[in-house]
Amino acid sequence: MSAPAIAIRDVSVAFPGKRAGDEIRVLDNISAQVARGEFVCLVGPSGCGKSTLLNIVGGFIPATAGEVLVEGQPVTGPDPRRIFVFQENGVFPWLSVRENVGFGLRGRSAAERAEIVAHYVEMVGLTGFEAAYPRELSGGMRQRVEIARALAANPDIVYMDEPFGALDFITRLKMRADLVRIWQSEKKTILFVTHDIEEAVQLADRVLVMSQRPATIQRVVEIDLPRPRDLDSPRYLEKRDEIFHIMGMSLRVGEALNV
Amino acid sequence: MNDISEPQMAVTSQARSRHATKATGRPAQDWLSVGLPLGVGALFLLGWHFGVRFSGSDLFPTPLEVALGILELAQRGLLLKYIVASLFRVSWGFALAVLIGVPAGLLLGWYARAFQAFNPLLQIFRPISPIAWIPLAILWFGVTDRAPIFLIFLASVFPISISAIAAVQNMQPVYLRAARNFGLSRSELFRQVILRASLPQIITGVRIALGVAWLVVVAAEMIAVNSGLGYLIIDARNAGKRYDLVVAGMVMIGLIGLVLDLLVRQLEKFDEVRWGYANRR
Repeated sequence: MSAPAIAIRDVSVAFPGKRAGDEIRVLDNISAQVARGEFVCLVGPSGCGKSTLLNIVGGFIPATAGEVLVEGQPVTGPDPRRIFVFQENGVFPWLSVRENVGFGLRGRSAAERAEIVAHYVEMVGLTGFEAAYPRELSGGMRQRVEIARALAANPDIVYMDEPFGALDFITRLKMRADLVRIWQSEKKTILFVTHDIEEAVQLADRVLVMSQRPATIQRVVEIDLPRPRDLDSPRYLEKRDEIFHIMGMSLRVGEALNV
Repeated sequence: MNDISEPQMAVTSQARSRHATKATGRPAQDWLSVGLPLGVGALFLLGWHFGVRFSGSDLFPTPLEVALGILELAQRGLLLKYIVASLFRVSWGFALAVLIGVPAGLLLGWYARAFQAFNPLLQIFRPISPIAWIPLAILWFGVTDRAPIFLIFLASVFPISISAIAAVQNMQPVYLRAARNFGLSRSELFRQVILRASLPQIITGVRIALGVAWLVVVAAEMIAVNSGLGYLIIDARNAGKRYDLVVAGMVMIGLIGLVLDLLVRQLEKFDEVRWGYANRR
């Protein structure tokens, strides 16, 4: 078997605390692998450091100890072959939808660029809005622009940091369905951070469940459910409840949290 | 599933809100929005006219005398000549301030060490009124155009560079992270992200600077040169107590200042910067 797309090896992170000698341990000896073309979700309680882990994998912050290998090479910084979709939406407000989606295509001919942009704009359902500016779009549409910008750059891996966190419930459901459809047609490797257990079970091939800080990977749950997923099927509910259990929540509370 | 229903909904609601703002401008309110300022202006002119009449002053001009004064200046060919002279100095001083202030501000905003090194000096120079520099300007440049140009440059360069510094320092980090992710070179980063992200705030600084520049040109021309609207005011007073021409000069300064501000405001309407103003998200 060839090298996994992503290999996280004994990664630990500690930040200096307020007093000298104090340190806040965020991640504790985390190891995990993501196979090529796999859709993996990282879930955990808020503040557990899952975003920190994704930022280390993405090359934006260094690990205190351990290393991350992508395609067998150690990660030393961000790389256009691995595009990050940000929680706070990183679409450039001074560029139109067309210019944003084409941002990662510098160096291509204008014709090639136009073709790729049109393809991805259509894929995320924004045809007709190419000339619009982000301020004219809804939050869900801006997130689609960012996803299209990431995919247009043709990366091997897409990192997503709670990309749908700021959206309303219905928009979030739609975005998840669209993301799975796009992932199936594009065959990218996706590492997706969320605090939403339902979201993880709807999206992922595998869910890495993280513990409270200092976080470890508590359990890996395979979601071997066919897609599109039936959110009422007993097996879906079983998987969902399994993760709730791992995260130490009673079902009653868990269900109440998922209204 | 390709759901475009959500995008469409969002845009129609925006289109609707645009119509709404237009719709609120019903004829009656439109009439008021023009009529109210006109009414206040007319009251002001009436008050001025009768104020002069009742005071019995023979030096202070009535509005009509000021209007005739402007006409007289136009007929003597001085009005256009002095306006051009003032605008010429403002254009040069201001252009130099933009050319130096924007790049310098971007660099100082980006490189923390450079900011640490230069900021104290900047903060000491900034509160010195450009007027205080007039003696030095005359010492260095004599009674030439270069003296007021230098003063206008000094007046404009601080608001411009300081707004550029603040814009870079307050830039949303997510734009930088996205730029790093896409592998931009340093020069691409400056031109395509840092400058573009800072532009709305820089334009605000430019607007403030142009206002200050216009204030300063008048003061500079009163002392350092023999032409321009500032010179007109001081000359009309010294040469024959022609207060009608003094006020005529003041009126022209006000009107041209208004036009300059309206022109810079147009810059804020471009799509590339509009995100940085009102309905900011």
